Amino acid sequence: MGKIYVANRQLVRPGDLLAEGDVEVGDYTYRVGDKVYSLILGLASVDDNRVAVIPLEGTYFPKEGDIVIGMIINVGITNWVVDIRGPYKAVLNASEALESFNPITDDLRNYLDIGDYIVAKIIIFDRSRGPILTIKGKGLGKITEGIIVDIKPSRVPKVIGKKKSMITTLIELTGCNIIVGQNGRIWIRCPSKKVENVLVRAIKKIEAEAHIPGLTERIKRFIDEELRSEEK
Amino acid sequence: MIEKPVLIKEDGTRHDGRKSEELRPIRMEVGVLKNADGSALVEFGRTKVIAAVYGPREIHPKHMTLPDRALIRCRYHMAPFSTSERKSPAPSRREVELSKVIREALEATVFTDLYPRTTIDVFIEVLQADGGTRTTGLTAASLALADAGIPMRDLVAAVAVGKVNGVLVLDIDELEDEYGEADMPVAMMPSLGKIVLLQLNGVLTPEEFKKALELAKKGINEIYRLQKEALTKKYLSYPEE
Amino acid sequence: MSLTPVQTPIIPRLKKEKIVSLIKTGKRIDGRRLDEYRPITIQLNPIQKAEGSAAVKIGDTMAMVGVKLEVGIPYSDRPNEGVLQVHAEFVPLASPTFEPGPPDENAIETARVIDRSLREPRAIRLEDLAIIPGQKVWIVFNDIYLLDHDGNIIDASMLASMLALNVTKMPKIVSIEGDKVVIDKDSRGQKLPLNLNVVTVTIGKVDKYFIVDPSLEEESVLDAKITVAVDSLGRIVGLQKMGMEGFTEDEVDYVIELALKKAKELHSLLEKVLKNPEEASKSIV
Repeated sequence: MGKIYVANRQLVRPGDLLAEGDVEVGDYTYRVGDKVYSLILGLASVDDNRVAVIPLEGTYFPKEGDIVIGMIINVGITNWVVDIRGPYKAVLNASEALESFNPITDDLRNYLDIGDYIVAKIIIFDRSRGPILTIKGKGLGKITEGIIVDIKPSRVPKVIGKKKSMITTLIELTGCNIIVGQNGRIWIRCPSKKVENVLVRAIKKIEAEAHIPGLTERIKRFIDEELRSEEK
Repeated sequence: MIEKPVLIKEDGTRHDGRKSEELRPIRMEVGVLKNADGSALVEFGRTKVIAAVYGPREIHPKHMTLPDRALIRCRYHMAPFSTSERKSPAPSRREVELSKVIREALEATVFTDLYPRTTIDVFIEVLQADGGTRTTGLTAASLALADAGIPMRDLVAAVAVGKVNGVLVLDIDELEDEYGEADMPVAMMPSLGKIVLLQLNGVLTPEEFKKALELAKKGINEIYRLQKEALTKKYLSYPEE
Repeated sequence: MSLTPVQTPIIPRLKKEKIVSLIKTGKRIDGRRLDEYRPITIQLNPIQKAEGSAAVKIGDTMAMVGVKLEVGIPYSDRPNEGVLQVHAEFVPLASPTFEPGPPDENAIETARVIDRSLREPRAIRLEDLAIIPGQKVWIVFNDIYLLDHDGNIIDASMLASMLALNVTKMPKIVSIEGDKVVIDKDSRGQKLPLNLNVVTVTIGKVDKYFIVDPSLEEESVLDAKITVAVDSLGRIVGLQKMGMEGFTEDEVDYVIELALKKAKELHSLLEKVLKNPEEASKSIV
């Protein structure tokens, strides 16, 4: 058995010694000889004899299967270029958006134009080129109503919560529709502007306080109070 | 010609009242810029430097990309008003060299192979120069990288040791640099005990060099502690409910 | 802006592995010991139009330095001293990876490391180079020209600089009227006044191993390197760590010790050459 020097959810910084000896290591850690260090600014995740770090900051890094909310930034003859807030521009081919398409007669701008938002899924990403997207499938496609809230991509797991607990809470308490893109873009559509304002503030609160324990309870209270004061 | 100022007083203290092994007052703030992915402001006495990190992000032009790792691009730059005599904003030879040695120090810590075909941009602006700007800039840059959530082996902490009137002193300021006999900037990844920047501008005997390196290490450990505090501080304060 | 190098010469992977595995057994690809320089050849005064010049080959790396003297205005903070200017040009004929244009960061770094290593121990007696104190002084241009790049540019450039400065003879002053100084560019008068000699020793790190005077192929496998400038009194007069990895403190200590030892050898080579210039000087270019 090795020795783990940090507590669960303790704030760690790059170079902080996490453990020594025979321990299991997870993401954002690295070993030098017998010692295990943190690779990133984040919260330690300690479980039995295993230590990992959950980042608090950082840009979005694409993964196959991720649902992301992207913005069209360029339109080609047969594809769209999509900003997904990551280090690589994504590509949406016409065949992954339209049932049938003729590049001679059809102008892709008629379907999706620069500045449009889409809910998309990453179907291919092998690091040798930009991620390839699709908007074919349930819940995917062009966004035509509601608003987009940008948060730090590292906070996405907190907005979703363990076993979707946080997002379920948000939906239940506000009655809004919510889609959380893994890239830190969140789409919401609410029954009223007042409720929308409360939900945006709640999401921003989750983003700001992600590292402080008791988050779900705090957010529940926050939404209750805010909704009540909005009604007044 | 200007008279050489008294750098070491009779009681052994320095012109600004510090002891030989004493750092200047240090201030560090993390996350000071809205636009940057990571940023930090660091002051050593009157030296004031701000650093920003953007990335990992796409590179233009494309032929500059590396297939197996991220590029690091680094610019150390002094504001025209940072010095007593206005500094031309065009990059000087000194700035070109310092950009290189700072970049190389950061290359040692950043896990660049996680982000192929991208760039991590590090911009260091010296807002006020009063000695130790490269070490202050590097200290700030490493905080900005951590703040940007970039995987790195360790923070980089840096300080310059000088030799003034034959005495080795920690964290020299501009006056001590100008009239002293040696200026030795050192940067380390303290947890790993690795020296990632080492320069000497001046004359030291081999024995003095050893002592100077020890003194630098002492200062670096203190700076490292302050860096960690600064990173923690950002997360300790949150809006009251 | 400084960028991670993208255009380094590509050395086949097999060769890299060979270089590293040899170094780990204490040998090198060209048969040298880890602490051994390549053969050094020297030519003094190959350029008659320069006030002093030298060409140095370390293995196949060839650097030339020409020293020119002009009359100019002193720096305002040192009104009674001559001015030293060191420049380095990595011209495109020296390597397929060099591009025409202004000096890049490597050329600038080389020039500045050599500049500091000469300036700090006062290798040149700049205080003796004032003509009219506060108004007219000698400007010493030390121009480094890299002709063939096979690694360890700094040591070759430093050696060539030191030799060229040693053989530099100053133009004669014809007349001084008011603040007008007339010199005879074609005459050679006194020797440039020097206090001492300086050499640099560059040591590369591969894993836990250290090699003196890395060749270009070896440079491609180095983790990092340190250049140590040492004067003829055995003092450290300049340091520059380069490359993308770090050194432990023990490693730095080892490198300094090794550099001091090798510097002695280079200093005695310098002395030997300067004592018997005709005999020691070979024709290079």
